[in-house]
Amino acid sequence: MMGRVAEMLRALGARIVDSWIWRVGFATRFFWLILKESGTSFRRFHLTIREIYFAGVMSLIIILVSGLFVGMVLALQGYDTLVRYGSSEALGVLVALSLVRELGPVVAGLLFASRAGSAITAEIGLMKATEQLSAMEMMAVDPMARVVAPRFWAGVISMPLLAALFSAMGVFGAYLVGVRLIGVDEGSFWSQMQAAVDFREDILNGFIKSLVFGVAVSWIAVFEGYDAPPTAEGVSGATTRTVVTSSLAILALDFVMTALMFRGA
Amino acid sequence: MTTDNLVEVEDVAFAYDQRQILKHIDLVVPRGKMVAIMGLSGCGKTTLLRMIGGALRPSEGEIRVAGRVVHRLGHDELFALRRKMGMLFQFGALFTDLTAFDNVAFQMREHTDLSEPLIRDMALIKLQAVGLRGAADLMPSELSGGMARRVALARTIALDPMLIMYDEPFAGLDPISLGVIGQLIRRLNDALGATSIIVTHDVAEALDLVDYVYYMSAGKIEFHGTPEQVRSSKHPSLRQFVYGEPDGPVPFHYPAPGYRQDLLAQ
Repeated sequence: MMGRVAEMLRALGARIVDSWIWRVGFATRFFWLILKESGTSFRRFHLTIREIYFAGVMSLIIILVSGLFVGMVLALQGYDTLVRYGSSEALGVLVALSLVRELGPVVAGLLFASRAGSAITAEIGLMKATEQLSAMEMMAVDPMARVVAPRFWAGVISMPLLAALFSAMGVFGAYLVGVRLIGVDEGSFWSQMQAAVDFREDILNGFIKSLVFGVAVSWIAVFEGYDAPPTAEGVSGATTRTVVTSSLAILALDFVMTALMFRGA
Repeated sequence: MTTDNLVEVEDVAFAYDQRQILKHIDLVVPRGKMVAIMGLSGCGKTTLLRMIGGALRPSEGEIRVAGRVVHRLGHDELFALRRKMGMLFQFGALFTDLTAFDNVAFQMREHTDLSEPLIRDMALIKLQAVGLRGAADLMPSELSGGMARRVALARTIALDPMLIMYDEPFAGLDPISLGVIGQLIRRLNDALGATSIIVTHDVAEALDLVDYVYYMSAGKIEFHGTPEQVRSSKHPSLRQFVYGEPDGPVPFHYPAPGYRQDLLAQ
């Protein structure tokens, strides 16, 4: 009996060490390697621009449309609650703060992980599976500098911009529903928003969040792609892991950052 | 130390996960010659090629390319050496996000400061050499297997390497493409004054092409000689390999328990 328990504990430990701790260590070393090889991404910025196009510009549609709908829903729900307390003119503040502080970075991050993160993982994984990365290395070109680092930085640069656009579209959606459709006073909608949203406290913190999510998602995406077993199952598994791990990382990091940033001062 | 050999492999062994893949390999490739490394799939010949390119480190022995021990080179020195090497991968390994032209121009853009018009001319010359100047603007997905292999060949010779390595250059090609690639490999080697190593199991094509043959089996070199010596060899597993006999020293059946016993087991 004891022997079997010990055996199970040993198997569990081996699993955690092999599949988890080992990978975290490897991913951390991989992260330093990206930073070390980042020179090319900025010296030859057109490489990064190209990836910003694929990761950022190609994600615009889903980010803008989602932002619009999230803003419209926030306005409907927010109005429904606020009107009970007779403060429906605070709708602009409610929507803007929710978007800038939380929903903008978080939802844009989740969408970015599923739209761009999965694509980056699949692309790097397939490049590895079809020996394109080995071929590059044999041509004395480091794939970390030429393939991985530009994609990483493209993600880091795109993410805050996408989050900002998401929030802007959300505010616009709330304006359409709140002011145009429901008839909240336009002047108080905008002026209260302007008065209550603080640049450092709200916008800067939201920006920092989106930057951190950008680093997390891009790091996970390039690592999973580079580490994917060079087979069809390997690449599909890695793509799934990118979306799952990034989403969990975004939600966990968001909680930690919210706890640190907003203490209700 | 200068010798007439561009590549020297001395008593090399390689093990992966405690599995011995190569044992006591000795091999030389003289300058300007074409040498084939032949053997069955999985005999370790691609591993050997990767070690010569510095992608894998031998567990014992040493490999010298142009007099330098490959696995003792630092990152920068290894990359400097690789600029003088070209490798054609089994399925071409073209960059799928670049056109045929950009694939060939890739190394020129990465490693030289040449102007774009000059790079254009050079890349077109290389594509012309493989007969595909007209396909310069096609994406790899628009090329047939044989065409992709030829573009990959043009990319391999983009910077006029001194050593060209071919990993199964004939795999999966139709007879015409196969003949074309074979002739190109020989012509390019002689025109560039390069040295070539061809890893293949395509016996007929390789024997017509190369100057010398190493035959490997189960991680060891079993035989080496000129193509004539290979054809007339009495070495049993080499004979089976060259003449494609289904059964011989290399058994047809994967090791298994007795057939009768297996069928009657239920």
